[in-house]
Amino acid sequence: MEPIILFAPLVGALIGGFGWKIIGERSAQVLTTALLFLACVLSWVVFIGFDGVTKHIEILRYISSGSLDTYWGIRLDRLTTIMLIVVTTVSSLVHLYSMGYMAHDENWGDDEPYRARFFAYLSFFTFTMLALVTADNLVQMFFGWEGVGVASYLLIGFYYKKPSANAAAIKAFVVNRVGDFGFALGIFALFYLTDSINFDTVFAHVGDLAKMNVHFLWTQWNAANLIGVLLFIGASGKSAQLFLHTWLPDAMEGPTPVSALIHAATMVTAGVFLICRMSPLYEFAPSARELVLVMGASTAFFAATVGLVQNDIKRVIAYSTCSQLGYMFAAAGSGVYGVAMFHLLTHAFFKAMLFLGAGSVITAMHHEQDMRNYGGLRKKIPLTFWAMMIGTLAITGVGIPFSKEMFGLPIGFAGFLSKDAIIESTFAGGSMYAFWLLVIAAAFTSFYSWRLMFMTFYGEPKGDHHAYDHAHESPLNMLIPLGVLALGATFGGMIWYNSFFGNEATMAHFFSLKDGAAPGAGAIYMGAQNHVIAMAHESPMWVSLSPFIAMVLGFAVAWKMYIRSPELPAIFAASQRPLYLFLLNKWYFDEIYDAIFVKPAFWVGRMLWKKGDGEVIDGTIDGVAMGIVPFFTRLAGRAQSGYLFHYAFAMVIGIGVLMTWMTLTGGAH
Amino acid sequence: MGNLLSIITFIPLVAAAILALFLRGNDEASARNAKWLALIATIATFAVSLALLFGFDPKNTGFQFVEEHAWILGFHYKVGVDGLSVLFVLLTTALMPLTIAACWGVEMRVKEYMIAFLVLESLMLGVFVALDMVLFYLFFEAGLIPMFLIIGIWGGKRRIYASFKFFLYTFLGSVLMLVAMVVMYRDAGTTDIPTLLTHQFSAGPLNLFGWQIAGGLQTMLFLAFFASFAVKMPMWPFHTWLPDAHVEAPTAGSVVLAAILLKMGGYGFLRFSLPMFPVASHILTPLVLWMSAIAIVYTSLVALVQEDMKKLIAYSSVAHMGFVTMGIFAMNQQGLDGAMFQMISHGFVSGALFLSVGVIYDRMHTRDIAAYGGLVNRMPVYALIFMFFTMANVGLPGTSGFVGEFLTLMGTFQVNTWVAAVATSGVIFSASYALYLYRRVVFGALVKDSLKAITDMDLRERLIFAPLVAMTLLLGIYPSLVTDIVGPSVTALISHVDTAVAGAAAQTQAAKN
Repeated sequence: MEPIILFAPLVGALIGGFGWKIIGERSAQVLTTALLFLACVLSWVVFIGFDGVTKHIEILRYISSGSLDTYWGIRLDRLTTIMLIVVTTVSSLVHLYSMGYMAHDENWGDDEPYRARFFAYLSFFTFTMLALVTADNLVQMFFGWEGVGVASYLLIGFYYKKPSANAAAIKAFVVNRVGDFGFALGIFALFYLTDSINFDTVFAHVGDLAKMNVHFLWTQWNAANLIGVLLFIGASGKSAQLFLHTWLPDAMEGPTPVSALIHAATMVTAGVFLICRMSPLYEFAPSARELVLVMGASTAFFAATVGLVQNDIKRVIAYSTCSQLGYMFAAAGSGVYGVAMFHLLTHAFFKAMLFLGAGSVITAMHHEQDMRNYGGLRKKIPLTFWAMMIGTLAITGVGIPFSKEMFGLPIGFAGFLSKDAIIESTFAGGSMYAFWLLVIAAAFTSFYSWRLMFMTFYGEPKGDHHAYDHAHESPLNMLIPLGVLALGATFGGMIWYNSFFGNEATMAHFFSLKDGAAPGAGAIYMGAQNHVIAMAHESPMWVSLSPFIAMVLGFAVAWKMYIRSPELPAIFAASQRPLYLFLLNKWYFDEIYDAIFVKPAFWVGRMLWKKGDGEVIDGTIDGVAMGIVPFFTRLAGRAQSGYLFHYAFAMVIGIGVLMTWMTLTGGAH
Repeated sequence: MGNLLSIITFIPLVAAAILALFLRGNDEASARNAKWLALIATIATFAVSLALLFGFDPKNTGFQFVEEHAWILGFHYKVGVDGLSVLFVLLTTALMPLTIAACWGVEMRVKEYMIAFLVLESLMLGVFVALDMVLFYLFFEAGLIPMFLIIGIWGGKRRIYASFKFFLYTFLGSVLMLVAMVVMYRDAGTTDIPTLLTHQFSAGPLNLFGWQIAGGLQTMLFLAFFASFAVKMPMWPFHTWLPDAHVEAPTAGSVVLAAILLKMGGYGFLRFSLPMFPVASHILTPLVLWMSAIAIVYTSLVALVQEDMKKLIAYSSVAHMGFVTMGIFAMNQQGLDGAMFQMISHGFVSGALFLSVGVIYDRMHTRDIAAYGGLVNRMPVYALIFMFFTMANVGLPGTSGFVGEFLTLMGTFQVNTWVAAVATSGVIFSASYALYLYRRVVFGALVKDSLKAITDMDLRERLIFAPLVAMTLLLGIYPSLVTDIVGPSVTALISHVDTAVAGAAAQTQAAKN
């Protein structure tokens, strides 16, 4: 059954991509979507029926060389099953949604078929993502890792006639490669130190790694920390963490369903998945974990600040994604891997929904993406409005504080439960830096999310009246996915709260955790010293309440600025102009990178080419050869006149003479 | 079939002789006949060479299919293959039919062109099967001539400059190798390669004009061979002939040059340098590793700013060969397996990339990147294939390009983390230059008038690419096809080198006491 889940999308991608001319564009779309729904149903069957015992399914040998022995296969444990349902559910819904969204696209002429290609790319992405999450060794994971990168590259650059889309696609791939550079070195280090890159063997050695020192580059490192840091570089590339985040906002050049699937729900969470998968290692790498925590919290804060002032609806959600990924890393860095996965799961639902909702808005508004031209759409597209509303309630974390203590079960939207769990955990983990940044980021999240809602759906229509008048609700195949995701965003948190965080016994059962079990025995590993979960459950009242207060605060300010006194934003922007520009220009990361990496790379390349190759190397050798060259140029004159064969013959004779000389002198020996 | 290797090696030569002696006339019919004969001969060679694959026993690390005959002037004709060479034979025989098919459109001196390629094939095969030093040298050097002619006669505008640069570089390197071979013969008393592999060349310190030379005779011999192989690979900073040669060479010439001729350098390191001069190899390892790492970064950066498609791919070839030398001199299983794999893979991938350039060069007669843009709008099949090989070139997992890079880096990491880290940064640069090239040529709106009528790949072109795509995928998904064959021979080579190095160290220690 598991191999069917893995390969159904691949089959769809191949038939859809190469066979659509035979079966027709429409059938290609239906086929890929149907195969995805098949994979989705089977994934849920696997998820619900999973018995807690890690299963290994070998499919084919992969790279083997000496003691390196890897295979293509499936590792089935709780982490895998969680990812399976996330990936296949969102992917199948996005496939369905795309049948409506991509039906008409003004970027293409009537004679240009693009739909089958789009669906083939989507399915190909899903296959590589599944290969990533089912990997039983780091090299198959790396295959999926780079495979999703290619799919992302192809889909960001889907509108290949647009220069901006092409630039964004390359940027995404190259920045991801910077991360992969670290990931690859991490894999090499693991193999060097443990002689294997299969998870089980690696996990069995993590205790030794913690006691080992290794010389890497200029100095000695603790082996576990070194590998932890290197793998985190990889994770932060894929998951757009601070410093390697610049590609994600640009990735919005791709069609909106792509943003929902790849750049919100699945691919960008691969980094979080990697850290959780490697939890046995990180439990033995305290410094690396500290780094993950600090970077995660910083990203959550940074991206939230940028999100405050963006005007493109997709960019707001993109920075929001970046920020929420920071929360997940902060959770993993605190040592509560289950909570990181919890937020990954709930975020997949509500963020995919926000993106798909945004897509619905964009379609309704004839591909207008600037929120300053929206307004008053609530009545025009009510279903989309309600979907977006649920998404916003979920991401901002609306719920009833202390409902668990009062009613025995927590009540709130998905983000309320998972995000608050993260904030409590960082407090319990003892990092005040992370805790406060995340609380502030929660307020910002609330502000920019409500800002988006108010600018889009409330007030007076501000843009092109023609677009507003013709705004219409999306077709059913776009609304159904929104409805399903709305269910997840509403109830997902409450259903799984205890399994991921709320109840230690339920959680131990869910992740197959046993006291004193060896690293790698369960789906995640939390060392004997790791009591963060228990401490988080005992958080002081003000800590548990703080994200709720932040959320209310963010809402209130947004309401004041965009509903009550809409003139305020312009006043603030004018009075705090440097700060406003700093945020609007995303802290100037792109400009700085261009100045210190991109331009110098071209400059150095040109210098090495002209000076290095041209003057130094060729110059030296030409100088040496000056005595010989004239002789050959004279020959060259003859060669041009057709005597080249004679010359060649002379050469053979020459070699013959040399050989003879060699035999004679050698024979004397 | 006691003489299978000779049959494989000389089928193309016989075909060339038939062409030269019996094919008369300069009309279209004779040109067509020449092409068909060449194609059939190369396909036949490939078909026969498959017998090697099935008859080869990977577990046997000695030479197989060995033939030995007395020859003129007291020389021996001796051929055979082991795990290090058998795949190169197959690579050559597999690529030559595609190469011939790729020059179907040539109109000038078709018969001579075909003869040149057929002769070249025999000589290249000879290099990989020769088990006698003299024979090896003959094939190695003689292979220059047809390539020299292919560039010099059928090349581009600056073909004379390029062909002489190519010739001078490679020939000067080889002269030193010849001198070393003479010395080896005087030292060991034989030119038989299997015997030389067990011969221990002196590694004691040598005093030369007041310079103390560590590794002594071995170091001197190593450096002489190195001059030849490093130019052939080519390694930085001996690489500048390659971009010029590629730019001026006709498409088929570039394919052979990149896919097969460059591999002779790597093969030479594995056949001669490492096993025959293990102590010297060990001493000079840091030098070679750093040269490789510099090559990867340096040539990748240079590739980024190229304006000529072929030059860009040529520089990218140098970078990829950097992984090969790095893997070889990591001197462990992963490094050497990876180097072998990288060479085989690069044969398919770089060949395909040069063919890809050829496809549009045939239509537009320019290699200038700026002359293109938006090809995907009219050439979707071409866009797909070029994308596939671009991704293979940047080492995407799932294609063969990944496995070699991955293994060589993994091997190098165990030896020198600095070199490994610098070389790993190559994955960033390769993505940059390759995708940047692809974007400028294929993506974008099609606005140039000259491109408005360009046609997609025809059936012949698709048939040429089909096997290359298949091999790149097959090796990428199931790399054991290669590593199972080369692995045991590599293991034997490593233990041979380790023993020799340990022995030399023990001797030095004993001398000190």
